[in-house]
Parts: sequence; structure tokens; C-alpha cells
Amino acid sequence: MAALVIAEHDNGSLKASTAHTITAAARCSDEIHVLIAGHACDAAAAAAAQLAGVSKVLVAEGEQFAIGLAENVAEQALALAASYSHILAPATAYGKNILPRVAARLDVGQISEITKVESPDTFERPIYAGNAIATVQSVDAIKVITVRATGFDAAGTGGSAAIEKISAVADAGTSAFVSRELAKSDRPELTAAKVIVSGGRGMGSAENFAILEPLADKLGAAMGASRAAVDAGYVPNDWQVGQTGKIVAPQLYIAVGISGAIQHLAGMKDSKTIVAINKDPEAPIFSVADYGLVGDLFDAVPALVKELG
Amino acid sequence: MKVLVPVKRVVDYNVKVRVKSDGTGVDIANVKMSMNPFDEIAVEEAMRLKEGGKATEVIAVSCGVTQCQETLRTAMAIGADRAILAETDADLQPLAVAKLLKAIADKEQPQLIILGKQAIDDDCNQTGQMLAALLGWPQATFASKLVIEDGKAIVTREVDGGLETLSLTLPAIVTTDLRLNEPRYVTLPNIMKAKKKTLDVMTLDALGVDVAPRLKTLKVTEPAKRTAGTMVPDVATLVAKLRNEAKVI
Repeated sequence: MAALVIAEHDNGSLKASTAHTITAAARCSDEIHVLIAGHACDAAAAAAAQLAGVSKVLVAEGEQFAIGLAENVAEQALALAASYSHILAPATAYGKNILPRVAARLDVGQISEITKVESPDTFERPIYAGNAIATVQSVDAIKVITVRATGFDAAGTGGSAAIEKISAVADAGTSAFVSRELAKSDRPELTAAKVIVSGGRGMGSAENFAILEPLADKLGAAMGASRAAVDAGYVPNDWQVGQTGKIVAPQLYIAVGISGAIQHLAGMKDSKTIVAINKDPEAPIFSVADYGLVGDLFDAVPALVKELG
Repeated sequence: MKVLVPVKRVVDYNVKVRVKSDGTGVDIANVKMSMNPFDEIAVEEAMRLKEGGKATEVIAVSCGVTQCQETLRTAMAIGADRAILAETDADLQPLAVAKLLKAIADKEQPQLIILGKQAIDDDCNQTGQMLAALLGWPQATFASKLVIEDGKAIVTREVDGGLETLSLTLPAIVTTDLRLNEPRYVTLPNIMKAKKKTLDVMTLDALGVDVAPRLKTLKVTEPAKRTAGTMVPDVATLVAKLRNEAKVI
């Protein structure tokens, strides 16, 4: 049987997390279908059709899907579920919101945040903030899975899947959109960035975060933060990297003024190269860093920008 | 308005767990157990609704072993009016917990159920959404602000890229994120008071719920360790290493 991937998109484009989820789906089944539940979402559907490995894109079109309300998207997935052996979604705020509703209504357990597919019914997933890795086997007929993007490469493009319109489920009518404040930024998305410059409590204030901007500019990096910096109100919540924030694995992660609490390490320790800049030589961040620099960040960061030329 | 707050007993967030040498799980014998931090935020939010005149009764609920009574006493020390424990020694997975909570919600008929967004032991992030689906209620997960007005819950959620606000018809499910509130400290007089509050213990038979696990844990292992890196003396060396050794810039 085929695998169904619930695509994360903003109608106009597909989120990178979807391409990573396709790769996980390909390890579960030879045939992959993608569900796009959206409104005026032709562009997102076209992007999904181009992903390598996708054989069919199912488009449910309607205003009730415009902002991806969990009640409606889950209902749409349930309308299709019986034909699939696997239903997958990215382990992002979007996928985590929707998929457990699907699992519960199918009366199956959900396998959250998988990082590896061992076989179509057996998966690896981190527990205890990544301090242990569990290998779990699902005994349910339909496997409902959220996929941690950092565990799987993004599927390539070059495909040409058929796009099929399907009948849309009605609006559940119990939740309604009020407003959205999305941060506007020219920087890459945190979870898709190749380089991340992250600041912690050591930054000292919201204003001081500005010192990291020239470094991020120079490296084309996304900006992140530790929970301590977010809780202190230095930066917005969507910058948080860690167990309960975003899980990232860029080519280069530069941790500035971050001590390295367990829950922060859980969100970034799979990065390829980690650089830590901290004035405390005992900071736990140095135990996971490939390159550590002990020093005052207010001297080191501008010096680093200058050295990069 | 009655508010139900499910709470989970988990390994304290300060404990660094160790994987058992036989690979069957993590060693939780003799480690400190506490209320899941997100659930503490949930109890605090329910209390604020009560203190603000929006909620009339706050009921804490837990599912699991006898010792979960301690977690429920903590919830009552924060201020919950009474507590219910669905007691079992069985390994409970999120779907089973959601079914138990549904059985209790059917009985208690709350207008609002506030849960933590995830437990810090299994990191599943499922129970609230599953419970919402089983009850057929709307949900707002990862909440950073909750306002009850005109029979609706207006909830601001932390989503990727920023914040989103939804309006839910009651009854509804809300799951908490870190920035929703800062839980109060529990005082000794309140701990004493909590001991006198009602704590009902129910059996799984009484609730009529099948809690058979759907996932079998085949093994639990240590994550791959990062090899210790090198300390660099200055910025110039750092940049040289990133260029020539790591080749990432």
C-alpha cells in the first residue's frame, strides 16, 4: 500500500520540511501520495508534484484549509486514510498539531519525531531530550508518523506527479482564525538554514543581539537563540532552538554566549560543525563543540566578522 | 465553568537519565520525579482563570501508578480544587491516556481542558490533540496566551515563524507552551491544605478503557556521542579551521 504525506505549505509554496518527510516516506513504501489541503494552493501543489518519488498529489481546495486549521486538515486526511499503510507529516508546529488527531480517530498510536526508518514498521526516535534513542515497532495496521527533518535528507526535484483534485471535507466550524503575526525576515528559515548563528543569555539584552547580525549577514545564516534568551525576552519565541523549540542540524552552528543546557543541546547537537564562543571555559557547550573559543563575545564576534572579510 | 487539567509524573527535568546497560529502557529507579513542567504551566493557567472569575472549579487528573497521587497533591497545592487518579501499573502510551481522559471528561463535563504540550520523558506531543479528536472538540496547541470571553477561548499559539491567534468554541482543548505563564511557588500552608482535598482513585475497569500499548520498544540506546573538539586560541585560527579543516565556510 502507498504512503500518504500531509504537506506543510503556505498555499503559495511548499515548506522544506515536506521534502524531508518524502524521503522518510520512501523508506516506508514504494508509492508516495501527497495531500495538499489548502486554498488557492496551485503553486504548492505544483511544487509537490516536482518532488522526486511522489507519484500523485491530491489537492483538497477550500477556504476552510487556508491557514491549516488542525480540525479541518485532519478530517481531510481521515477521509483518505483507509487506502494507506503509512500517514506521515513533518514534526513541525504544523504537523504536530494535526497528526495526533488523525491517529486517535483511526485508533492507532502515533510514532513521533522519527529520525530513522529501520523497516516499514520499526523506527528510531529520540526520547528524554535526545539523551536516549528508542527503537519502536508499531503493531497498528496504519502507521501514523511525524518526521524530524534533520534525520532525513530533502527529496530532490525532477519528478512530475499527477495532480488530482479531491472533494474537500466541510469546515468543522468550531475554531476560527483571528490573526497571525509572522516575523518578516530576509534570512533563511531556521530549520532549513545551512548556517545558524545563535545567541544565549550571555548576549545580555535584546539590543546586544544586533552584534550577531553582521556575522549572520556575512555567512548567509539564520539566527537562533537558547531558551534562556527567549525567556528573557531578548528575541521572539520562534528563534528558540532546543528540545521544545526547533530541532536544527545545519552545516555550521555558531553558539554565542550559550552555556549549553541539556535541552538546548537536544536541538542542535546533530549539526555538522559546531562552534562555541563563551567566556566561561567550563561551559557545557564546549563538550559538544568542534571548535571552542574562550573569550568575551563582544570582542570575538566583531573580530570574527572582520576576519571573514 | 469547570476546567480539567491532566498532569503527568515524569523524571525531574534536572535529572540526566542513563540508559540501562541491557538496552531495555532508561534507569528511573531512585531518581527524583516531578510534575511535567508544561503541566505545571497548565495548572497555573487554570488557577488564573479561577482567580479571574472565569473558572468555577479546577480538577487535576493523572493516569498511572499510585505515586501519581504525589503529583496530584502538588497540583492541589498550586490550587486545584480536587483530583482524580486513573490508577494502573500498565505502561501507558498517549492514545491510552487520551482514552482515559475522555472517559473522565465524559463524566465531569468540563468546558475547558488544559494540558502540557508535551511530556519531557517520551517527548511525544500527542495527548492533547488526541483527546480533542476523541471528544470531537476544537484545539489550540502551543498556547502562549489564553483569554476566555463570550463563551469562546481566544488563544495565541506559538507557531513556526511567529504567533497565530485562534478563536475556539467551548468546550475546547488548550495545550501550553513555555511562555504562557510562570507557575507560582507552592507554599507550605498550601501543601498542608492540599492534603485535605479530595483525591478520587479510579480503576481502569471502572473507566472501561483498553490501554494496550500500540508501540513495542525493541531497544533503547545511548545517542551517538560527539567527539571532543579542539579549543582555538583566537579568531584567526577559528576562521582558518572552518575554511581548511571543516570546510563549512
